[in-house]
Amino acid sequence: MKLVTAVIKPHKWEDVREALETFGVAGMTVSEVSGYGRQKGHTEVYRGAEYDIALVPKIRIEIVVDDADSDDVVGIIVKTAQTGRIGDGKVWVSPVDTVVRVRTGEQDASAL
Amino acid sequence: MDGYYAFMLVATAFVLMMTVPALALFYGGMSRSKSVLNMMMMSYVAAAIVGILYVAVGWSMGFGGEGTFFANPFELFWLDGVSTGDYVFVMFQMTFAIITAALISGAVADRMKFSAWVVFVPLWSLIVYFPMAHMVFSCTDNSLICGRIGAQDYAGGTAVHINAGVAALVLVLLLGKRIGWPREQMRPHNLTLTMLGAGLLWMGWYGFNVGSIVFGDDPETQFPLETGRTFATTTLATMAAILGWLLVERLLHKKATSLGAASGIVAGLVAITPATGAVNLSGAVAIGLIAGGVCAWAVGLKYKLGYDDSLDVVGVHLVGGIIGTVLIGVFSTSDGAGGVDGLLYGGGLGSLGDQALGVVVAVVYSGILTAVIALAIKYTMGLRLDEEDEVNGIDLAAHGETAYDLHSGTSGSGSVLAASTSASTPTSTKGVNA
Repeated sequence: MKLVTAVIKPHKWEDVREALETFGVAGMTVSEVSGYGRQKGHTEVYRGAEYDIALVPKIRIEIVVDDADSDDVVGIIVKTAQTGRIGDGKVWVSPVDTVVRVRTGEQDASAL
Repeated sequence: MDGYYAFMLVATAFVLMMTVPALALFYGGMSRSKSVLNMMMMSYVAAAIVGILYVAVGWSMGFGGEGTFFANPFELFWLDGVSTGDYVFVMFQMTFAIITAALISGAVADRMKFSAWVVFVPLWSLIVYFPMAHMVFSCTDNSLICGRIGAQDYAGGTAVHINAGVAALVLVLLLGKRIGWPREQMRPHNLTLTMLGAGLLWMGWYGFNVGSIVFGDDPETQFPLETGRTFATTTLATMAAILGWLLVERLLHKKATSLGAASGIVAGLVAITPATGAVNLSGAVAIGLIAGGVCAWAVGLKYKLGYDDSLDVVGVHLVGGIIGTVLIGVFSTSDGAGGVDGLLYGGGLGSLGDQALGVVVAVVYSGILTAVIALAIKYTMGLRLDEEDEVNGIDLAAHGETAYDLHSGTSGSGSVLAASTSASTPTSTKGVNA
């Protein structure tokens, strides 16, 4: 199994969720996060004082999937979340040893 | 003049609203979330302290008789000898004393000990504001700014705004910069509060300016003629100042901001305060545009000169107050309240000179005596909050409260995480929670 983690622009979140649901992803964990990449935040001006706001709001999605689905899920996220402008985010995949469903105690593939 | 009496009751309540809650909201929104309650409390507690002190000696020092700087504080002590029929005028002037002291609080955000503020406010009102109100508003023959110099100040450009602005500057110089200023980010935490506060200030300001009418020989004729003028000039100057501020901001910083609009409202109101009875519609628009534009630039001076006037009391009230007071000498018309033509209407330089001298007297008087009071507090009880308390937030240190309880995704009693962290739940409420 793989853990797919994606950090995307907040306004793309609904599109990504829809696309993943259509593909058949049954569930995910989503959090509102802040951070920055190469775009390095933005500036705000208050009464003439410029503030460099380093942290930009993002959405982080975490999905545990079967090894076989991992590439497709990554592909869907990249395709849907892409605007082509700086700050579109990142997707990364990491191995997962065990998954347990809390309600039943089922393990691994049957717990997904 | 029953109508006038009823109007003054309303005007007085309006001016009190300018401090509680309008100014508190305006400043509170601009402060950081860890110090918003303290920021608002400085206004609220100033209202309580100054109000009672005003009844004790403030009215007497201001309006109890002759004097260059102030009248006898004990002539009308605790309103002895004042008819209850005149109480509304006492209350009206009291609300001016309150907001003037409260205005200073914007400069000292995050770092002035609350106890020091509670001591500073009555001392400053007694030694600086009450005399200044006498010099400007009583307008007896000997009173310095109105009687002797003859400077016009309809509703308090000198006594209120220059006075508070200078006091703010002196206080921040003695108090020092906030930890981390100007390196650290100190963004306004809630500009919707600030927009709301600015709007309420605008509304309250009609009580402030229009209520400041002083009658001559023929009140019945004067009342509608003059209140119409002051209402209109107050309105137009404010509108022009919004545009002036936004324009300068757009040119200097590429954006027209909501904080700029809120600030423009206040800058325009400040500048038209002394001039509201003296100028016509065009004069009001001119003063508003100039005040909005210049103040938008002046709020940046603190970064160049290195004084931490946190919420720009100097840049808005001192600068705006000076602009409005001095420009009376340019834009006033002889059919206005002062009966004097300014430079632009063929009146020569005389009025301009009087106005400038009035400004200088207000700056010097307020500057020196505020320094004396602040130094006395600094070297006895101290002005400045502990370093650790300042970093953790003065709301917690001074008041034992936090303004907001924002747990992500859940709020109030529904939050499991919030419940598990409240280790010290009072025993009496445990049953209720369960």
